[in-house]
Amino acid sequence: MRFFALVTRIMQQMFRDKRAMALLFLAPLLVLTLMYFIFHSDEVDTTLGVVGLDEKVVTLIEHGDINVKKYDHLSQQQALDDKLDGWLKVENGKVLLTLQNDQPSRAKALQLKLKQALSGQQQAAMQISVDYVYGDEDTALFDVISPILVSFFVFFFVFLIAGIALLKERTTGTLERLLSTPIRRFEVVFGYVVGYGIFAIIQTLLVIFYAVKVLDVVLVGSIWHVLIINICLAFVALSLGILLSSFASSEFQMVQFIPLVIIPQIFFTGIFPMDGMADWLVNIGKIMPLYYASDAMTGIMYKGYQLNEIVSDLGVLLGFACVFIVFNILSLKKYRTL
Amino acid sequence: MAVSVEISHVQKQFRKHIVLQDISLTVEKGKIFGMIGPSGCGKTTLIKVMVGMLKADQGQVTVLGKPVPQFDLIEKIGYMAQSDALYTDLTGNENLQFFAKLYHLSKKQRAEKIAYAAEVVQLKDDLKRKVQDYSGGMKRRLSLAIALIQNPEILILDEPTVGIDPALKKMIWMELERLRDKEQKTIFITTHVMDEAEKCDELALMREGKILTQGTPKKLKTAFDADNFDDVFLKAGGYQA
Ligand SMILES: Nc1ncnc2c1ncn2[C@@H]1O[C@H](COP(=O)(O)OP(=O)(O)O)[C@@H](O)[C@H]1O
Ligand SMILES: [Mg+2]
Repeated sequence: MRFFALVTRIMQQMFRDKRAMALLFLAPLLVLTLMYFIFHSDEVDTTLGVVGLDEKVVTLIEHGDINVKKYDHLSQQQALDDKLDGWLKVENGKVLLTLQNDQPSRAKALQLKLKQALSGQQQAAMQISVDYVYGDEDTALFDVISPILVSFFVFFFVFLIAGIALLKERTTGTLERLLSTPIRRFEVVFGYVVGYGIFAIIQTLLVIFYAVKVLDVVLVGSIWHVLIINICLAFVALSLGILLSSFASSEFQMVQFIPLVIIPQIFFTGIFPMDGMADWLVNIGKIMPLYYASDAMTGIMYKGYQLNEIVSDLGVLLGFACVFIVFNILSLKKYRTL
Repeated sequence: MAVSVEISHVQKQFRKHIVLQDISLTVEKGKIFGMIGPSGCGKTTLIKVMVGMLKADQGQVTVLGKPVPQFDLIEKIGYMAQSDALYTDLTGNENLQFFAKLYHLSKKQRAEKIAYAAEVVQLKDDLKRKVQDYSGGMKRRLSLAIALIQNPEILILDEPTVGIDPALKKMIWMELERLRDKEQKTIFITTHVMDEAEKCDELALMREGKILTQGTPKKLKTAFDADNFDDVFLKAGGYQA
């Protein structure tokens, strides 16, 4: 009852704050769209050569929006002359995918389309091994970073909106006033988490459906798993924002947390290669929520993982949220000893 | 004679700064107790200790026979903070509704209580407006209405009449007196306005975290041989009037 009173009030306030609503719901879409056009300037039209492949599989591949050229024999020279992005060759019952990879984005796109066209069993049965004419698989592009971007926006905007909302409650004294009523401290924290959590979930839904349906970002795994990851992440951002608001005394100080709390996390998301990092640096990454969210997101969206392959990431995210929530409940003792 | 609030030897300091020093007082049930002192003397701090928002470093506070803080005491205290802590992006009615819901009132009870509280502070016609459009006095009145909402046994009001015009101030005092006489409510009020002192049943004069003297208004005036409370205050503080 008290808890619902709080949730209702937060929703009333949010619906009246048009600026916060726009920041929460429109800004991520805007930035994502911008990034999309920057990284994805032309629609990739891919061509695949096939040699000795099962007719049924060829049809599947053609349905996957890939131009297929059939050959009896194919040399690398001819493949390059025909400007093939890649070719599938069956040799001794094994399937070899060779990617030209002169433009990594084309190679990646082809590979992803193939993955999407063929079911998991088929891929396993065919045992496709991959070879590159140029370069190798370490190639970054929008499809790879977009799962990370989606999570980043969820984290960033939820953190900021919740943090500033709570800060306002602290500075105007309404939080203290609230705690002079019989409401329990945990009710306050859960009220905020759920109240703002509802908006965080709407934002997450919006960002993900926009990315997948409008921007056509590659999604190999399930969209529901993507939602689960980001909702967990939103709770982390929410509880962290609320917690850090107690260390700020103005909205500007809340903004100062961005270079401290948000920016460093970007370096550990995988947008920048982490192979070369010193061990201690990698370990620092492991205390950052976005590290786990990115890992899970790239897993689901890009690599087509199942839920069971990312449970540990989800567990860590929920752990973060729980710890922050407990700290929040404790930190409210500042306003009331009980 | 029943005791509502008992404060004994309370001491409170913020870091090295001693704000309350050995404060002892008794507030009787069904009385209006006034705490008078210049701004910065520690009135608000004392109130926060009474309500349980701050913990005293030393000493004890008991309300209705129980040591603070306790949840069932919080329910019985109507608290009005010195600074108006209101949700300015909500309307007056939404503010009242929100706080009423925190006290487990039924929908019908809420409607009744809100109507009553709004009537007392004369905000009925403005309840549909957003609080950000209220004047300072209107915000004060809304804060008072919120303190009345759960029909508390004890009212603790921190400078309730600041910024309120004289006519309405008089009305509010009449309502406080009615609550005392008809409903046996205990009212603890702070002020730095001397003319409100006269209306209290019991007074305590406070300065720099210490209680200079306490008693009925009449007793204090005779004891210090003064006509008004400005003089009582000065003499109690050791100055010559
Ligand atoms: N949270 C706090 N931290 C440090 N000092 C405080 C705090 N709250 C109040 N004070 C100090 O305690 C003194 C008494 O304040 P207060 O109780 O608000 O006085 P009053 O209500 O009588 O005007 C003031 O000197 C004030 O600066
Ligand atoms: Mg004060």
